[in-house]
Formats: sequence, structure tokens, C-alpha cells
Amino acid sequence: MTEKLEKTTQKVPQIGTSQIDLLERLCNATAVSGDEHEVRQIVLEEIKPIADDIKVDALGNVLATKLGRGEVRVRVMLAAHMDEIGFMIVKKHDDGLFEFDRVGGIDERQLPGKSVLVGREHLPGVIGAKPIHMTTADERKNKIEVSAMRIDLGPEIGDKVKPGDRATFATRFEILGPSIRAKALDNRFGVATLIELCKHAPDNIDLLAAFTVQEEVGLRGARVAAYTFDPHMAIAIDSTPAYDLPHWDDEDENDRYNTRLDAGPAIYVMDSATIADRRLVNWLLETAQDAGIPYQLRQPGGGGTDAGAIHKTRTGIPSISVSVPARYAHSAASIARRDDWVNTLRLLYTALSRVTPELLAGERRD
Amino acid sequence: MIDLMALLNKMLSASGLSGFEGPIREIIHEAWEPLTDELSVSKIGSLHGLKVGQGEVPRRRVLISAHMDAIGMMVTHIQDGLMRITEVGGIDHRILPGQLVTVHGREALPGMVIQPPAYLLPESVGDGPIEMKYLFVDVGLRPDVVNEKVRVGDTVSFAQAPLELSGEALAGHTLDNRVSVAATTLCLDALQNRLHDWDVWAVASAQEEETLGGALTSPFDLRPDMAIVIDVCFAQGPGSSDWRSIPFGEGVGLGYGPNIHPALYQAFEEKAKSLEIPHHRDLMPKMSGTDAMAIQIVAEGIPCMVLGIPLRYMHTPVETVSLKDIRRAGRLMAEFIADLKPDALDQIQWEE
Repeated sequence: MTEKLEKTTQKVPQIGTSQIDLLERLCNATAVSGDEHEVRQIVLEEIKPIADDIKVDALGNVLATKLGRGEVRVRVMLAAHMDEIGFMIVKKHDDGLFEFDRVGGIDERQLPGKSVLVGREHLPGVIGAKPIHMTTADERKNKIEVSAMRIDLGPEIGDKVKPGDRATFATRFEILGPSIRAKALDNRFGVATLIELCKHAPDNIDLLAAFTVQEEVGLRGARVAAYTFDPHMAIAIDSTPAYDLPHWDDEDENDRYNTRLDAGPAIYVMDSATIADRRLVNWLLETAQDAGIPYQLRQPGGGGTDAGAIHKTRTGIPSISVSVPARYAHSAASIARRDDWVNTLRLLYTALSRVTPELLAGERRD
Repeated sequence: MIDLMALLNKMLSASGLSGFEGPIREIIHEAWEPLTDELSVSKIGSLHGLKVGQGEVPRRRVLISAHMDAIGMMVTHIQDGLMRITEVGGIDHRILPGQLVTVHGREALPGMVIQPPAYLLPESVGDGPIEMKYLFVDVGLRPDVVNEKVRVGDTVSFAQAPLELSGEALAGHTLDNRVSVAATTLCLDALQNRLHDWDVWAVASAQEEETLGGALTSPFDLRPDMAIVIDVCFAQGPGSSDWRSIPFGEGVGLGYGPNIHPALYQAFEEKAKSLEIPHHRDLMPKMSGTDAMAIQIVAEGIPCMVLGIPLRYMHTPVETVSLKDIRRAGRLMAEFIADLKPDALDQIQWEE
């Protein structure tokens, strides 16, 4: 390790009690795509005192700038989406029962028997299911359709809940040994990481922080944020599934795990929305190797991040994604390792600290 | 006065799967201690509480049976730090993915039930429901630690925190049948200020969800002259609207069918009418699915009544009940018992 790298390593922002508390607040807040208010408020509260410039744009993105100090500075956009998957109440029925629709990709098999929180007041409700005693064996071979489910808010809910209100799973944040169990770790991990990077911005770059909206319904916030910032390069900070579970027959190897817990930040080469700029892939790999930070290459394949919209904005923006691996995304709770988050922050901070114009000099190359 | 919500929250925080009722039994013991004259535990794990009557010896005995055991799961296999599970009691596998649970290993470990992605499952599963044998529990610990702390045979209980809904409704796991234990507690409390001729044996029975073991053995020991079984019944709601369900939050179910002595049914119906306690006939054409199935055929046979507290979403972690119905059931039992005359059994006859 070079002396310069060693100095950088010493300055890496730490994940302590206050960072964990912030992540907890972020996860327990409700921010279904299109209604990111609660997370936006937390972001503004955290970023306002330190940003050189901050604004909320037409879609609800928070765009914050933290200027560096050198003469030649690369403008680096970092994007973390604030929104989460959830529900919208679409119809009121009798007796405290409401019909709902899903917002974002949610497997309906994850819904029966769950607690939810509805609206800005977080009113508690439940998604019930028919008692097993009343089902037939044939019936249990079919999944329960969303159209047959209701959110039950109790018989005297009155007009406190209306069609249009958003809802999320009611799961509260919890530490399980080396792990974190919470809803919406996709992508409050990214939001919390970006807040820390803003608070400890390396001064060799202009840090352009985009806390984006509507990622889960089509990467919509990131597109306009990238247009506004017009950066030299961009990184989407997100959370990606770890499918590191055994195969059902215990014999076959699971070779499609996407990422694994405990293996460090996931660096993207390609997903279904972006082919990462190879210069940026190499820059992150070299940084991880030089600084001894655990990392993994996300298995190329499906999925997408805000980078999918950003890299095609204006005349094109060199982009890459880095994710914290988490199991069971888009369900009532994810489980992720705290160490993987710590190492994601380490990798990003260390890599950003070494950005110079040479990184992007010349043409995109392999 | 008993703080019903506080009592329920306390009971719901304790585990107590069928055959593993220790933690919940301790909490009920504590609640019943000031309300009873003696407490004991049966060989199979049921809790017996006696409130002595004021009638002349030999006194008649009425038994109240409220099962305290919970449905849940059990660890069958551990692999790569993840646990395969089977059910304790009847669980629809379709409600399991994503449920928060506690694994009762060498210490209590919070975790969740998880559904592997499609390509790790047999092709036949497709996007349909996933059988329990393909689900896992993940406690967020690394494999070596899991192997130290968890064994095959450890119980897994539901852990979603109870939620208070509007209109005095409560949602949570294991309301089947802790709400009936709560109603029994309210009944014992109400009897503190009443004279009653009969001895009252309150039983928090064990193993209803699996073997009916508690309901078969306690009455043999206590030899009651009649039994009131209190359990949850189906409330009308999404997925249950036919004759098997009664309205939610609008009164107690009075069981009617072969497990119930018709004269006892009639006595309860008259009592509810005279007290203006809302009630509904709860039809049970065959077996009642309650402790009464067992109690009725203990020794030379025992006349039984079944009371039901209407509950939505039975055997899910979001079972929902109205506190009003719990209070009504407690009051109805207390009034019925307080009015039992020494010769009340003479009225419990078959019409000839």
C-alpha cells in the first residue's frame, strides 16, 4: 500500500452507532415510489448543513453539490434511490377493508399474512388470508391472487385512509448478530452510504449527490438528475440480491447466486440496463486490491440500477454501479451483513479519493 | 380491573408451541395467582387454577378450558446456516414466505422464513405456492454459529409484533387462543366480587393444536360436572363469508352441534339474551375443532358448551380479533357461573 493510499484509508468514514441509527430511521420511514417525502426529509435534514448547493427538482430528487478544492476536478455524480417498493390503496370496501395494488416488483406470494403501515400517519393494517381450515387441498396448490387480498385496518377506520394512500410492510429494523434485518435496505443502504460520502467528501472531486426518486418504477428520477448535473462520470449506489442459498436437492451447486453475503461490495460489469464503463470497473477493482478491501463481481445478468438511465443521458455518461449485497429484497425484510456495508463505504471513499482526470482521459476502452 | 391490552401483549410476547408451553404457562400462572385459591400443573403441562365456590360441600364443579398452546414450526434440518422446517399445528404454507420468526435454539434467535428463487427450486414449482419443505429460516448468523446454537427439533415461533387496529381490534400471531385465556382471566376477575356456589376450575390446556392431550387428561383428573370450552371461531371477512363464519366484533359465538349439550346451549343463549350480550349461533355440524371434542368423551362423559371469540385470518400471524368480544365472552362466562345453583345440573337434561 502506498503512503498516500494509507492516508486515505485512515480517513475512511466509519460506521458507528450514529450511522446505524440513521440507517434504522431511513429503513423505518415510508417512501413508496412517487411519494418519497419521508426519506427526502431525512436526507435534507442530514445534508443541508454541509452541502454547497442543494435543491429538490421537479420529480422530487434531492440534488446536492459538495465542491472539491483542486484546480482540475472531475465532476462525479453519485446516485442512490430513495424510493422503495410498496402498495397503493385503490378501493375502499366495507368493514375497514381496502383493495390495494403493488408498486414495484413484489412477488404476490410474499403478501398473505403480513402487517403493513398505511399513509403518512403509518396506520397499522394487515393483509390476511383465508383460514387454512376453510381451504381445500386443491386450493392450496394455487397461489393467492392479489385481487383477492385486502388490507384490513379495523372496523372503525372511517375516512382516515383513502384510495391513493401508500403502504409498506410494517417490519421494523433489527440487528441480528453480524446482520441487519429491515425492510427497504434496497436502497436505504445506498442513501445512508451517500449521506456519509457527502459528509466526508474527498476534496479532489466535485461530488454531485443525487438522492433519486422512482427507481423502482423505471429509473425515472435518475434520468433528469443526470441531465441537471451533467457529470463527467457516475456511480449508482444500490443494494442487489444475494441468492447464495442451497439448491433444493442439496446436490446441485448453486452457480447463479448473483452475489454472496460476506463477500464485500458487488461491482457491476453488466446488468440488463447497463454495460459498465470498463475504465471504471478497473478503477474499482484496482482500488479494492490495492487497499485490501473485500469485493465481489456481481454475476452479469438481469436487474438494473439508476446507472441504466444515467449512462444514456445527454451525450452519454461513463457509469458503473456498486451494491451492498442483501438477501430477500422486495419482501417484508432483507437480511444483509453490516461488514458488507462497511466495505462498500470503504471502497467508494477510497476509490473517489484517487479520481483524477486521467481516469477518463481518451476514449472508452476495454 | 384487568388491563386487557396489557395482558394480551404480555401473553403474545411469550412463546408456547404445542408441547412446549412453559413460557406462556408462567405468564398465565402469574395472572391467575391473585385470582385463584390454588394452582397446579398437570402431567401433560396444562395449568389448573381452582377458585373455590361458596356452596355447601360436596360442591359441583365447572371446568373452563382455554388452550394456551400455539401453532408454529420446528427445525428439521440445518444446511449452510439455514434451517428447513416443518409445521406444528396446521399452517397454510402459502402464508409463510417473509414471516418474521424466533428460533428457540440455545438462545432465542430472531429470523425470518424465506422463499428461495425459482431456479433453486424444482421446475414444477414455477410461480406457484412453495411447499414448506422448500422454505428456509434465516437467522442472519454465519453457518458455524448456527450449528452451535440451533439443533434439529428446536421450535420456531411467529414473531411479528401485535398491531392495534381501529375500533378496538388487535392483530397478531397466536391470538388463537391467547384471547380465550384472556377472557377466562376476565371471568376469574369478575368472580372475585361475586358469590358462586360451584367450584370453578380454570384450565389453560396444552397441546390442543396437535394432540388434544391437555383436554383429554385434565378433566379426568378434575372430574368436572360440566365444561365450558372457550376458543376462537371464524369471523366474517376476506375469504370467509359462508355459514361457518359469524360477524366480526359483534358478539360471542355460541357453539351448536354434537360436541355441545343442547341444554347447556340453551342455558347460555338465555343468559346472553337476558344480559343483552350480543351473540350468534355458531354452527358446528360435525366436530367443533376445539377441546370439547376430547372433554366430552372423558371418563363417563361430560356435558360441554363451546364459546367462540370471532377471529379473522385464523392460523396466520395477523389473526385479528375485537377486544369487545373478549370482554363479552369473559362477562358471559362469569355471569353464567355465578348464577349456577347447587342443583343446576338437574336442568342439564335431555328432553324426553
